[in-house]
Amino acid sequence: MTVVEVSVTGAPRRGVLSRVVSRLGNGVVQVGLALVALFWLVPVFGLLIASLRDEASNTASGWWTIFTAPTSLTLSNYADLVGNSTVLRSFLNTVYIAVPSTVLVVVISALAAYGLAWIEFPGRLWLTTLVVGLLVMPIQVALIPVAKLFGSLGLFGTITGVVLFHVAFGLPFAIFLLRNFFAGIPRDLVEAARMDGAREWVIFRRVVLPIAKPAIASLTIFQFLWVWNDLLVALVFADQDSAPITVALRAQLRQFGTNIDLLSTGAFLSMIVPLAVFLAFQRYFVQGVLAGSTK
Amino acid sequence: MTVAAEKPPAGSRAGRGRSPNLAVDPTPGRSPRQAVPFLVPALVLLAALVIYPLVYSLVRSFFDRSGASFVGVGNYVNLFTDPRTLTAFKNNVIWVVVAPALVTGLGLVFAVLTERIRWATAFRLVLFMPMAISLFASGIIFRLVYEEDPNQGVVNAVVVGVHDLFSDPSPYPGAQPRDGAAFTAAEEGFTSSQTFTPGTAVTVPLVGFAPGQIPAGASSASLPPSDARELRGVVWLDVSVGGRSGALDRGERGVPGLAVEAVRDGRVVGRTTTGNDGRFTFPDLGAGDYALRLAASNFALPFRGLTWLGPSLITPVIISSWIWIMTGFAITFIAAGLAAIPRDALEAARVDGATEWQVFRRVTVPLLSPVLLVVFVTLVINVLKVFELVFVIAPGSVQEEANVLALQMWQVSFGTGGDQGAGSALAVVLFLLVAPAMLFNIRRFRREQS
Repeated sequence: MTVVEVSVTGAPRRGVLSRVVSRLGNGVVQVGLALVALFWLVPVFGLLIASLRDEASNTASGWWTIFTAPTSLTLSNYADLVGNSTVLRSFLNTVYIAVPSTVLVVVISALAAYGLAWIEFPGRLWLTTLVVGLLVMPIQVALIPVAKLFGSLGLFGTITGVVLFHVAFGLPFAIFLLRNFFAGIPRDLVEAARMDGAREWVIFRRVVLPIAKPAIASLTIFQFLWVWNDLLVALVFADQDSAPITVALRAQLRQFGTNIDLLSTGAFLSMIVPLAVFLAFQRYFVQGVLAGSTK
Repeated sequence: MTVAAEKPPAGSRAGRGRSPNLAVDPTPGRSPRQAVPFLVPALVLLAALVIYPLVYSLVRSFFDRSGASFVGVGNYVNLFTDPRTLTAFKNNVIWVVVAPALVTGLGLVFAVLTERIRWATAFRLVLFMPMAISLFASGIIFRLVYEEDPNQGVVNAVVVGVHDLFSDPSPYPGAQPRDGAAFTAAEEGFTSSQTFTPGTAVTVPLVGFAPGQIPAGASSASLPPSDARELRGVVWLDVSVGGRSGALDRGERGVPGLAVEAVRDGRVVGRTTTGNDGRFTFPDLGAGDYALRLAASNFALPFRGLTWLGPSLITPVIISSWIWIMTGFAITFIAAGLAAIPRDALEAARVDGATEWQVFRRVTVPLLSPVLLVVFVTLVINVLKVFELVFVIAPGSVQEEANVLALQMWQVSFGTGGDQGAGSALAVVLFLLVAPAMLFNIRRFRREQS
């Protein structure tokens, strides 16, 4: 009753005036949001410009002066950095750490997720709950013990050690994400394969994995960027020869003001890969982050 | 574990009710033996590198620096008396109280506002972008944003720009009367120690200012002829190179536009400004003794903005960078929840004549509250683990003021400290702080399963 009444009397009241007001309001909202977006872009843009100016111009004036007095931008910082053997090696180390960490996490967690989602065994729920509990485990609790362990195994300061640590701490979220996805696969598909006499391994490979491609894509991107962007793990477990780019650049932080050219270029260099991955696979990345947010 | 073996766990979807579980051969999908190859790699890694270390840290936290002798809760007691750790605790409390609530609020507001604009996807993409880049790179971005030198840091450049818009910069920053000229510095300016009567002509040599920066209109300075009723004088830039110091040489130029005050008994009774030749005149002072004062406003150093990266502002500054990083996450998460709200509920409220604000307050927010809670808890966990941002943005000298537990744990164990007993205790404290979130997740998971 009330719905009908109000809609009848309410319609004329929402007349020209209120429409104008809501249009105006909408305009204000749009301008406000545009300003907010600008706020988000300016810091990155500033870093980009700083990385394209030489040391002298960076110490003499801010990056924004390119608008009033366009100085020549140069790629020389990038050339210098790429020509620097330490930086180049650390960049390669980042790749050597991030790629195996990602591959291993995806493979191992997919196996475990299948075991938890589709094979019944005693203690399954208990084990899944344990994985859920480990989701938010701070890596700090493992730094000292694992450093000791790696020390006695000769893994301390090696890329292998850094990779193993990343894999272990990447697993809870990865298993959780894939288990949830696998568990959502229609039971008939799996059961039908079982009736046909397919072994678990075959079902995993031929039935489950093809369906789970989107989830695996999200996980791959999330894990790759997580490891690529890491500083703390490598800071503890890598040595000079195995340090990724974040750790290598960290050594230059002490004289920030005079190192802006170097630091901005290095930071931007380390950002290129994540930004490219992000722009190319936005949807998968966003899904991965939303799922892995508790990490 | 063995107890659970009797019946399949609740909520299991796999292989139920197809064939009786009596066969000698393991039924497909129903035997521990089949699960082993799938689970072993993950379990070995988790056991060796996550669970064993947790236990080890717990035990280690009761032993001293070298690990040789048992100290009980000594490490924990030390944590709560060590000023550095207490600062870290204090900052963590600030972080937890301020940051997650702010970001959840911002996320909610932007998620609702972007619902109705056409470029919502682009907006959310821009705000989500910081999630893709490393905290280290974000730290460098904000170190540059907040750099103190207004010629490097954009925030101080804006602050200085706005400040200078409302107050003119002083004409002669850093300049001062020559030492021998007997002026004493005070808050109001440089006041002559001597007093003068009308009829005198006073010479005021100024130094500490680059001759090239004197206004173009300045002409050569000369002492004005004295007049019995007027207090006169000249202020000039005293260049001692190629001339005598403290004396008015040929070719030395007057200092134009300088505010000069006549002071009697501590009160300013006359005010004038020097001309292009540096001369000034107080025409009607009346008889008496007057001190001269060069107002401080002439010489104020230019405003250089705020020390963002100093001890007092560092934590808010780092929190702002965290907000920049996490807001996109909150928006996207909340927007997904918003899309799941039944349109009917909102429309019904609108049809009932509710204003948009009422719809937001009474319908949207209550329906969203479970999502908001998850976002908030997630952000709290994230805040407790903040390390890189503090490590990168806070300069070495203020890291103590900006300290947080995760950073302190690293400092104590691997940085300058080298005390793995105290480090382990800090790690356990961090673990205990996220433990409620752990239970929250487990409970949510159990509820979903049943």
